[in-house]
Amino acid sequence: MHFDVIVIGGGHAGTEAAAAAARRGASVALVSFDASKIGAMSCNPAIGGLGKGHLVREVDAFDGLIARATDAAGIHYRMLNRSKGTAVQGPRVQADRKRYAAAIQAMLAAQSGLTIVEGEADALVLDHGRLRGVTLADGRALQACAVVLATGTFLGGRIFRGEERGEGGRIGERAATRLGVQLRALDLPMSRLKTGTPPRLDGRTIDWAQLAEQRSDEEPWTMSPATPGRTLPQLFCAVTRTNPRTHAIIRDGLDRSPLFTGAIDAAGPRYCPSIEDKIHRFGDRDGHQIFLEPEGLDDPLIYPNGISTSLPVDVQAAMIASIEGLERAVIAQPGYAVEYDHIDPRALAPTLELRALPGLFCAGQINGTTGYEEAAAQGLVAGLNAAAHALDLAPAELDRASSYLGVMIDDLVLHGVTEPYRMLTARAEFRLSLRADNAETRLGPIAEALGCLSDARRARYARRQADRSALRAELEAPVSAAALQARGADVALDAGRQSAWTWLRFPGVTIEQVAPGLAARAPAEVVAELIEDARYAPYLERQAAEVATLRREESLRLPATLDYAAIPGLSAEMIEKLSKAAPATLAAAGRIRGITPAALSAILLHAKKRAA
Amino acid sequence: MPPRASDTIFAVASGPPPAAIAVMRVSGSAAFTLAETLAGPLPAPRRASLRTLRGGDGTLLDRALVLVFPGPNSASGEDLVELHLHGGRAVVAAVSAALAAGGGRLAEPGEFTRRALTNGRIDLAQAEGLGDLLMAETESARRAALGVAEGAVSRRVGDWGVRLLEASALIEAALDFADEDDVGALPPGLPASLAALAEEMRTVLAAPPVERLRDGVRVVLAGPPNAGKSTLLNALAEREAAIVSPIAGTTRDRIEVPVVRDGIAYLLIDTAGLAETTDDPIEAIGIARARAAAAEADILLWLDDSPPPIGAMWLYPRADERPPVSDGRLALSARTGAGVNHLWSALADRARALLPRADQLALNARQRQHVDHAAEAVRAASAETDLLIAAEQCRLARRALDAVTGATGTEAMLDALFGRFCIGK
Repeated sequence: MHFDVIVIGGGHAGTEAAAAAARRGASVALVSFDASKIGAMSCNPAIGGLGKGHLVREVDAFDGLIARATDAAGIHYRMLNRSKGTAVQGPRVQADRKRYAAAIQAMLAAQSGLTIVEGEADALVLDHGRLRGVTLADGRALQACAVVLATGTFLGGRIFRGEERGEGGRIGERAATRLGVQLRALDLPMSRLKTGTPPRLDGRTIDWAQLAEQRSDEEPWTMSPATPGRTLPQLFCAVTRTNPRTHAIIRDGLDRSPLFTGAIDAAGPRYCPSIEDKIHRFGDRDGHQIFLEPEGLDDPLIYPNGISTSLPVDVQAAMIASIEGLERAVIAQPGYAVEYDHIDPRALAPTLELRALPGLFCAGQINGTTGYEEAAAQGLVAGLNAAAHALDLAPAELDRASSYLGVMIDDLVLHGVTEPYRMLTARAEFRLSLRADNAETRLGPIAEALGCLSDARRARYARRQADRSALRAELEAPVSAAALQARGADVALDAGRQSAWTWLRFPGVTIEQVAPGLAARAPAEVVAELIEDARYAPYLERQAAEVATLRREESLRLPATLDYAAIPGLSAEMIEKLSKAAPATLAAAGRIRGITPAALSAILLHAKKRAA
Repeated sequence: MPPRASDTIFAVASGPPPAAIAVMRVSGSAAFTLAETLAGPLPAPRRASLRTLRGGDGTLLDRALVLVFPGPNSASGEDLVELHLHGGRAVVAAVSAALAAGGGRLAEPGEFTRRALTNGRIDLAQAEGLGDLLMAETESARRAALGVAEGAVSRRVGDWGVRLLEASALIEAALDFADEDDVGALPPGLPASLAALAEEMRTVLAAPPVERLRDGVRVVLAGPPNAGKSTLLNALAEREAAIVSPIAGTTRDRIEVPVVRDGIAYLLIDTAGLAETTDDPIEAIGIARARAAAAEADILLWLDDSPPPIGAMWLYPRADERPPVSDGRLALSARTGAGVNHLWSALADRARALLPRADQLALNARQRQHVDHAAEAVRAASAETDLLIAAEQCRLARRALDAVTGATGTEAMLDALFGRFCIGK
């Protein structure tokens, strides 16, 4: 069977990659062990959050799947950081697991040019070092010149729970170890990471009455701005805490946790530690928060977020029984830790293509990241670029000033990972302009140029852009301080006449005061976006200068084959870091830690001489 | 051919010959083999040993102490050899020729330091300190430059950076982990500690700039035409630096004379007389320059009979030709020398207040600019209620501090910096 692009893996990275490649016009095969598990959420039943919600909105701006599937399955919406500036507000949605997977599967089925191939990818087909396709375990062969690996934790995955061990990425499924063996044989730089999951509880055995409820946001926002509105009934989450008794139980069980017996030595995420890590490292805390998150409307399972663990089953049971509201809770499936292989992402180009094997793209946990959102975002970029490789289209390369997508990929390919990589708003130096609410404005034109938008989405962008320009022009109208005072604004009369736009940066001045009736005439999301732009305008202008410098420096490209060892004056450490990351530009080289300005000038000199 | 960073370079690292000894430094990947062709088997690392140096044809060049420093723990970060030669011109020339014949290349100005910087042996602030150290003409300038070269500025800026990072981490935690109960509200003392940090930066900025140590305290002589400014300048410089004539307006352009006195460097600036009007266009330009010089004076010597601008030292020149006055003017005569020593000690008193003290951290203009930006951003962060903006201000401050030590930096700045080095360091 011939395709343009083969995607291996039906998780968040794989589905997004397959759909993105197909949107660009490629014929795509999506290979998965079990077609019914495509779009499964293997960890917590929530999408979005701080930094992560930004990624979801950005993938959505390219007409990706994740935000729309989230809305189709959304049973609890919460805008995190609502009291702070929009730039750090993170949309987060509890998604009904079954409905989420069903929504993803339905979107894939509706996507033209995309074929689901059920089977186990066994090996890559190489012909004189060139990628030709993939063979499946049952002997079938698929041909394509571009392959996206989105195998998650299935590569060399090993499950730990107390003294128990198992092979596999997700519980109850096989690990793709044969492909793993082949990748190791390709001599790619690889290492191991770990992640974990908490025990799942039967919600019918939880005493909800004693717990504090957390309701879904009243405001009717949606994960994708293109979603017309919420459709499912909204559930509530609840909050409980561990207590000193819980901590004593965990401490007594530490000698049976694979994290502490030395069975797992791979690094786990610092920002999402297991409960045994929390007890061990922060022994002075008398309690840790647990969010009880529903897994679905017609599913009694509850995900207790905050107590990921690999303790033995009996210790998990005792731990749960010690927690308020969970005294009689039944564990439906115990928690476990997974240790898995990942490729050092410094082996990748910014297109997520492996430099060592053109045509092979990697996305998701295989690159050392964690989280659905990070996976989906890489899937999008890998899919867009796999299609570009196969069809000879323009690549999708996003820089740090454009998006969290660009920040993540730059971080990964330059610095590699020492723990599972998770998006944080602190990673984005241009955070003020990279907001979740302006993803369409920032990325719409790029998405349109790449040709990955549906007609409906293109029409939406055109309408939105027109609304935005019209509104922006109206905000140029001058308004006097006296008029504002008359409308109740607390401004000094000597502030004179300013444009409505300028007035908006004054604390407490509202859109209704500077332009009465305007907000009522324009779409609310566009109004909100412009108000925020106006409020932070002085800082955004300053950053614009920084962005210009960055983009200028990014234009000095370095060849991927540059032999850093041949550049005199670079220390062994610098040579190692530069060789591993093979920075695409001089500016990227400068972002690698430990690379001095003088080293940069030596690199530049060498590169120029080579080019001459 | 443009200089190549792969070359093995050499240069005399001590002063120009002739001298008792001349230290020839050889640095680069071929330094050891190159030194071996001259000296035979090299001594153990960091052990001084006497060797006979011979040219390619076997002729005796010199008997020299040879020291070997394997990279990366050498001054340049590369393999480095020091040859302590007898410091005659012919010896140095012969050894240089032998090194060049063996494949070495004479170092460009600043090339050794540039390699040290490239290899991370020193940071940018230290490199600047080295530059100043090599240019230092006075003991106080030498001490200040040595302090910078040994990392005094880098240490202080590093300390500020660590404190700023701690504050940033607290703010970022509040922004990124707001939904975690382990991350509480920001500590109430954070704005105060940021304000204290900004204040500390301001204190360092308020100290006299390091350039005055190197370039000298700017002493401008001003007054009407023919007031005796040039005569006084020559007396202070103890040489005929300015043309003196009884014709008013002889000095048409400014004259700058560096003088070191009692360990303090001065730059004496003679100006065209400040005549109110002149028909001579050249003299007019000179007068404009004089006004500019007076504006940038650290100390203004006022030689007019009309009262001086505020802060100027009011002199009474040609006191030997005129009746004494008692209006506080410092009477002196350049011709007899009367009062000149008095003027010097008055200048020294003023100059000391204008120069950084030995225990004071002194910044150069480039460093001051970045620290100024950092101080302003940290102050703004301390007063900010929008956490997002506070975080942005902290980021700008971190970037500014990084620029001091060269964590970021521009090629132009590097070029300007390295152009000032003498060969061999």
